[in-house]
This record gives sequence, structure tokens and C-alpha cells, in this order.
Amino acid sequence: MALDSKTDTKPQTFKVIGTRPLRPDGIDKVTGRARFGADMSAPGMLVGLVLRSPHAHARIRSIDTSAAEALTGVHAVVTRADFGPLRDEGTADVLDNCMAGDKALYDGHAVAAVAATSGKVARQALKLIKVDYQPLPHVTDVDAAMAPDAPALHEGRADETVPAGMSGNVMARHEFGHGDIDAGLSQADRVLERTYRTEATHQGYIEPHACLATMNSDGQADLWCCTQGHYMVRNTCAAILGLEQGQLRVTASEIGGGFGGKTTVFLEPVALKLSQKSGRPVKMVMSRAEVLRATGPTASSSIDVRIGMTRDGRITAGFAELRYQGGAYPGSPVDMGSMSAFAPYDLENVRTVGFDVVTNRPKQAAYRAPGAPMAAFAVESAIDELARGFGLDPLEVRLKNAAREGTRASYGPTYPAIGLEATLRTAKDHPHWSAPLGPNQGRGVACGFWFNFGGDTCVSLNITPDGTVTLSEGNPDIGGSRASMSMMAAEELGIPYDRVRTVIADTGSLGQNEVTDGSRVTFAVGLATIEAARAAKREMCKRAAQVWGIDEDAVIWEDGAARPAGPNAGQHPPMSLAEIAAIASNTGGPIAGHFEVNAEGAGVSFATHMVDTEVDPDTGAVKILRYTVFQDAGKAVHPSYVEGQFQGGAVQGIGWALNEAYIYGEDGILQNPGFLDYRIPVASDLPMIDTVILEIPNPGHPYGVRGVGETSIVPPLAAVANSVSDAAGVRMTSLPMSPPKLLAAIQSGTS
Amino acid sequence: MQYLSPTTVDDAVRLLSSQTGDCKVLAGGTDLLVRMRSGFAEPDSILDIKRIDELRRIAHDDGGWRVGAAVSGAEMGEHADLVADWPGVVEAVNLIGSTQIQGRATMAGNLCNASPAADSVPAMIAAGAVARIAGPDGIRDIAVTDVPTGPGKTCLKPGEFITSIWLPSRPDRSGDAYLRFIPRTEMDIAVVGCAVALTLDAGGTCTAARVSLGAVAPTAILVDAAADTLIGTTVDDTALDALARACSDAAKPIADKRGTVEFRVHVAGVLAKRAAIIAKTRAGGAP
Repeated sequence: MALDSKTDTKPQTFKVIGTRPLRPDGIDKVTGRARFGADMSAPGMLVGLVLRSPHAHARIRSIDTSAAEALTGVHAVVTRADFGPLRDEGTADVLDNCMAGDKALYDGHAVAAVAATSGKVARQALKLIKVDYQPLPHVTDVDAAMAPDAPALHEGRADETVPAGMSGNVMARHEFGHGDIDAGLSQADRVLERTYRTEATHQGYIEPHACLATMNSDGQADLWCCTQGHYMVRNTCAAILGLEQGQLRVTASEIGGGFGGKTTVFLEPVALKLSQKSGRPVKMVMSRAEVLRATGPTASSSIDVRIGMTRDGRITAGFAELRYQGGAYPGSPVDMGSMSAFAPYDLENVRTVGFDVVTNRPKQAAYRAPGAPMAAFAVESAIDELARGFGLDPLEVRLKNAAREGTRASYGPTYPAIGLEATLRTAKDHPHWSAPLGPNQGRGVACGFWFNFGGDTCVSLNITPDGTVTLSEGNPDIGGSRASMSMMAAEELGIPYDRVRTVIADTGSLGQNEVTDGSRVTFAVGLATIEAARAAKREMCKRAAQVWGIDEDAVIWEDGAARPAGPNAGQHPPMSLAEIAAIASNTGGPIAGHFEVNAEGAGVSFATHMVDTEVDPDTGAVKILRYTVFQDAGKAVHPSYVEGQFQGGAVQGIGWALNEAYIYGEDGILQNPGFLDYRIPVASDLPMIDTVILEIPNPGHPYGVRGVGETSIVPPLAAVANSVSDAAGVRMTSLPMSPPKLLAAIQSGTS
Repeated sequence: MQYLSPTTVDDAVRLLSSQTGDCKVLAGGTDLLVRMRSGFAEPDSILDIKRIDELRRIAHDDGGWRVGAAVSGAEMGEHADLVADWPGVVEAVNLIGSTQIQGRATMAGNLCNASPAADSVPAMIAAGAVARIAGPDGIRDIAVTDVPTGPGKTCLKPGEFITSIWLPSRPDRSGDAYLRFIPRTEMDIAVVGCAVALTLDAGGTCTAARVSLGAVAPTAILVDAAADTLIGTTVDDTALDALARACSDAAKPIADKRGTVEFRVHVAGVLAKRAAIIAKTRAGGAP
């Protein structure tokens, strides 16, 4: 039919895309009506609490739960013994992290849980559980964990990629690159070698993990929880508990931040097990200390970089060895760090080697562009130091080496149209770049890259009898996706934005949906939404053709109505969506469109950040004076949300650069499990973060959309470090640049 | 758990003395409730002093100001005459927590919490403040500097509680100031705190001074040697350098997650200098 040729090309002009409508969840959120993880209750509900290891590393000789079970009001106590063995190694690690097996692997590791009639009884019960621990030597630092004599967490689990003779804590080795590093370095006028370190940082979402589990004796179960992916929760919990996936219905609550940290499970399998054992609904809510001690921060890193540059700014070779500790289990994002480290540059000779290392810390979880910010900190700091050493403009040096369409990326693929050069040129032309600086002030720039992702996606779009549209998607709205989905549906259908309402459906309502990660939702769910709308349009054209008595190929959809394709189709007044919907029952029944895809073509994304700082030379305090983000969004569906993503990434990166850190004592105990001493930036620490949205369309999306949520946290660590190094006159190679560390560096004249 | 809310000091003393279990006095609750929520305190009873009228007043007393133990930081900040006399004390109180916390937190509570890093305590010490204590043996007055005896510990005896803090009359040409160092701009705890109160004569020479440091010892300390560097000078650069040295010498901090020994020692001097300049300006001295 004629419809395809008309709608499968990208609209030249948009009516809804690019506007800034109010967010549909706004009123609920500002009035406190929105229901988050801890806001759900059920009749007869019990309170579940977790007992956690006070040791960094200990063998669990025995757990005596009899006194707790005997306490009035206690309905269930669970330990690892209540869970069966699991074949899949990855799922087994998830379970072991939710409930320790024969060893407690970090301070805060769950060892038992209780469900009781009140929080008070549950707290009493925890005190009655007797755990016989045999403390073991521990290690929390990545380089210490790689020493041959380091205490090993898991014997014999190293991947076959790990060379013989390495510490038993090295789980995997990754290598990427091409060319000849030594040959490249020999062409350089200067070869810079530096070691960079970053500390583990937490995603810092304000909402703690929370869930309400109900498991019936007939094998059906329901779970309400705060998550970035309720399908993942369903599949993981079903595997751990031995349930059929279809029997476990998971509903996602509103989410008070995730940033990657809610892409796995912590409480959910435990709550289900407690419910199964007690026969009652069980609600569990973590305290802030539990969130910091036992949920995923990101990896800490130690990175050696070797880069050669000619005096005119050409990079002749780039090498990095990246060592990331990802906590007590394999799977640190060192592979993605190794792939992304040199991704912004067109290099003849480039190689990265990454080591995945386990330590006695909580299992790392994804954090916004997992693995990339630390790698960018190392590489972008080294490039900056080389450029400044030659007296070259750091933006010019980056432009000279910038990857572009056709560049073979350091991690393998050849880039299609990308936006890096555009961000660099726009940055160079921006008034920020030429603004004057005062005493003790400095300016830094850095680039960043992220892959972006698509993945399994399933949406359903329904036309109601009165001509409004409901869209069901399966990804929790963590960044305004209900608004952007409604906008894409409205654009495609040619109806106003406020005629579309998007809901987050439970796992019983749609097919599999990948977690909200990889900046995938606006891209992949958006693509599916557009395709679902197109399917609905085809159906509506068919209904109009039926009414008009003409061939359905002779009907097109334009401006929210079905119309005859041309004069040959006959003279029929257009039928609007509402008119077609009103008679749907008489023309074949309800009208809907749906779409299922494993979306590909997400389109990589680049950013350049520019930041001015002022350093107090007497205290080492850093003030962020001005910050500008330049990033390629492909196409900004809702520019305010895109700006919000740019700003949020920059702010989290500023926190990472300046003050945020997991602080461990000699005893391996986390010293700062609270927001007082785990310092995320507060509003008064920050200037308005300026943003410049660039739009280099992604060929893989009908409207050109690229994910924007993660790239924005990649450059700020290096951008802030380059700025502070400029302001303080000393090169800072270790994060966070906390005042004591920076003051010591200033006083000794070197970092 | 029992909640007690007497309306007179006498009733409060009687109730407090008659409790057999652990009874905690509640003013703003910004420390106590947090400790209870996180499981660090599980009192058998709570005695709320906010219903006692005389504890909610800011009043002139003996040439100075008597600030009731249940007066919030926000109320102090909105009291123009108090702010005019003791701007350093009020700014120190107003640094505690957030706007919401300011609506509840009290200066007396900050003192009784006995954190070495408490913001208002060095400012009170520099001001020469006196705590009034009620107990089974009657009323006694004690210098604020003697109230904390160690981290989390005070000189209060069983059955005693603070009813008010008295700030003395402010001499002419006097000024006070408090500065703290924190890694961010608000919602934080002092890594180092320093308060300076000083008086100038007509010629701009310092005739009296008190300098106090926080977070560099188990309690906030009064540093006489630092005051001596200012007295008899015009608080010029030489005096300020000597002040900084004296404060750094007096600082005996620990290294912890908030800062190293070297950092705290150095910054104690930096803050003293900066606070002295503000106090001098407030006293009408040449900038």
C-alpha cells in the first residue's frame, strides 16, 4: 500500500519532536503521590530485614537461627541453606551476593534475613541470630589484590584469558587495539607515561532499594519493586527461586534514581523466599547504610597510560593497561573501559589491556557508561598534559586526532556518521572557550564516548474508542521516557501530545524487555513506539478503505487522518483517528499496533566538556565556576530532558572528580556509609551547567535519535582534573581531588 | 518507649530524675532522632523540653542575651538584635544542617551532642558563653568551654539538662566571626572550625580577644596563645601570621576520613586568619 513509501522516510519537519511539553508524571511527583518502592502495602504484610556481615572477609562456620525463630512475631528466617544450588555461574553469583554462602566476602554482605510483624521485632530477631565467623585476611585495593600473595576470594575461577602466575583475584584479561605500539611511540617527539587512579563511587540514587513480595502456595507470585528492569527482576528471581517466569508477575514502582545501580537484584529474591516461607506478603526497604555497604558502587581503577605525540599534536601511539576491581565477584566493567579509552581518536597504533580483579568489596553494579569515565580520565589527562607541554591548544590537538566517519575504532568497528568533531568545533567557537580567567582559576576540556545500546523491546499501542491513545512499554521511566514515548507516538500519528498516555506495563502485559540501560530507551523503545504507531496507522487506513469501499493501498495517513491517496482513489473527506476509533467496533473491532524487536543500530555518542575551576591555594578547596557540555543527541526528542541528562552526567562526574569515594580502613570496613561522608555535590556546589545540543542524526533510528544518558558522565572526571591542574599548577592524577589531597599536592609542588 | 512533655523546668527536673531507664532530653531532635532511626540510640523515654515556655525565648539578661535551650537556629537567625551583637555565634548556629534542620536544631542541643566538630561550640566559647543547667540540686551556671568533656560526653550529671545559653554583653568596638572548612558548600560537618571574638580600642588596637578551634581535639578548645598574638596589635598581617601559627600549634587533630593531621593543622591557621579579619571588620577596624 501507499502508506509505507510515505511514512518510512524520516519526516522533514517535526510537530511534536523537539518541543518541551510538561512531564506527565510531574504532578504526582511534586505532590508526593507517586508511589515508589517503599510506598506499597498489602494486608497481613510482614517487615523483612537483613543481617549483614561485620567482617570484610570471613568463613561462615555456622548460623544458629533458633532463638530468632522462637521470638514471638517472627514468621520466617532465611539463610543461604533455604536456596537451592544454581547451575548458571552468573546467576549463582547474583544469589551469593544477595545471601552469602560459605563465606562473607565484604563488609555488609547479607548472611541471613527475617520477616516479622514489625520492624522492632525484626530488629530484635536479627540480634538473636548467632553467626560463627572465622575472619580471613582481606584485600580492598585493586593493585594490592593483584599482588601474587594477596588473599584470594575465589580459588580457581580465573578465566582462560588470564596468564599463568597472576594473582588468583584476577578473573579475566581483555585486549583491544591494532597497529604497532612501539613503532608508533618511536615516531613521537614525547612519550608520556603516567599512572592514574580513581576511587569507587556510588550511583547515589536518592531512593533506597525496596520491594513487596507475595508468594502463594500455588506457585504464583507477585513482586512490586523499585528497579530499572522488572523483566530482569522476573527472570533472575525465577531462576533463583526455581519458578516459571510466567508465574512471577513483577510491577515496577516509580524510581527515585538508578543510574545503572538498579539493573540487578539485592532484596527481591530474599523477600520472595521470606514470603514463601511465611505465607505472608513481605516488604523490605534498605537503609541508606545498607545501600552504600551492600549495593553496587562502580569499580575503582588503577590505569597506566603511555601515549606518544609529535610536537605538532599528532598522537603516534596510545597504550593503556587498565586494572579495575569490581568487588567480590567477576564482572568489573574493565572490558568496556578498555574498549572506550581511545574510542574518540583516529589512531594508527592503539592497544588496551584490561584486568578484571575481585576484592573484598560489594559487587560493583553498572554506573552510567560503566567503565568509561575512569578510562577517559586517564587518557584525556595524558593528552591534555602532552598538548599543554607542547604549548598546543588542547581542543586543536583533539580535533587533529578526532575519529570521524570511516575511522576504525580502537575497539574494532568502523564508525558511521558521528558527532565528535562537531562537539569540538562548537566548543572552540563557544564564548566559554575565550572567556578570561582570574588568579587561581583554570580551564579544562575533555572528550568522552559511549557505545549506546538497543536490545529486546516490546511495546503495545492501543486506540481507545474515544480516539485517545494508550501506549504500554516495559521500561521503568528513569529519565522522562513516558513523555518522550508519548511525543514519538503523537508525532507519528499526527495527534496532539496530550492525547497519548504512556504507562509502564508489568511483566504480565508485554513480552521481554531489556533493562533500562545502555541509554537504550529513547532509541529502542522509541523505535518500537514509532513502528507500533505505524502498525496502528496501517490498520486505520484499512478501516477507512473499508468504509470508503476502496482498496486499502489507496489510503494514506497524513496529519492525523486517513485520506485517499490521490484523485484516482475517489473523493472522500479525511477520516480522523477519532472518527475511525469511534466506529472501530463496526469495522472489525479494537485497533492496536504493537512491535517487537531486538533493536540494533543504537548509534555511538560523543561529547566534549569544558569547565572552569578556582582553587583555594590555602585549603585545596575547588569551586566549579563555569561548565559547558557539548554533546551529540542525534535528535533531541524533548530537549529539556536531554539537557537534564547532560547536566546530570556532568554533576555526577564532578562529584566523582572532587569528593566522592568509598573509604576503607585497614580493617576492610567501609568508613562512610552515609550521605554525610559520602559526599555527592549539593546544589550550592554547582553553577548552572550550560548545555549545547548537537544533532547529527543516527541512521539507525527513524527520527535520528541517539541515547544521551551515559556519554555525559564520561568526560567530566578528566575535564575537571585538567581544569584543576591548570588552576593549581600541579598535575592531579588521582581522584577524588579532595581538599587534603589537592593541598598536599600544591604544597609539595607535585602530585 | 515513653514520651514526656513537661511545661515547667521544675516538672522537667522531677520527671528526668524519676526515670529509671535511659531517658534522653529532646530539644530539636536533629541529632537524637537520627541516632534513634539508625539504631544507635534506643531510649526508654524521651523528655521533650519544647513545651516549656521560658526555654523558647530569646531575652535580654544582665546586659547580654539569654537564649532558651529550645530556641531553633532559624529563630536566632531572625532575631535582628541578637544577630547585631553576636553575628559570629548566629552564623555558626545557622551553618548546622539544612533550612529544614534550622527550623528545629538548637544551640544547646548542638552543645550537648558534644561533637568535637560542632559548629556553634567554638563560636560560643569565643563569645564567652555560659550554660545554665537545671538539675535535682537546683540551678548552676557553667562556662560553655567546660561543658563538653570528650566526644559525645558532657559534664552534665544524671538528672541535669541545659535550660539556656547566656551570651555576655558585647563591648563597644567588638566583633566575632566563625568559619569552618568543609569539602562542599553546605550540608556538611566541619573538618576544622575556628571562631574569633575581639575588641578594639578607639585607635584600632586589639584590647581583648578569644580564639577557639573545633574539630582539632576531643573537644572544641579555647586557645589563649592565639588570643595573645592579637592583643596589643592592630590585627595586622604580622599579627595574623602569628595567630595562624599559634592556632596550627594548638591544633592536635586526628587523621580520619574527613582530613589528615597535616591538613587540619594547616587549615586551622588559615581559618583563624580569615575569621580574625572578619571579626576585626565587624568591630569597626580598618579592613
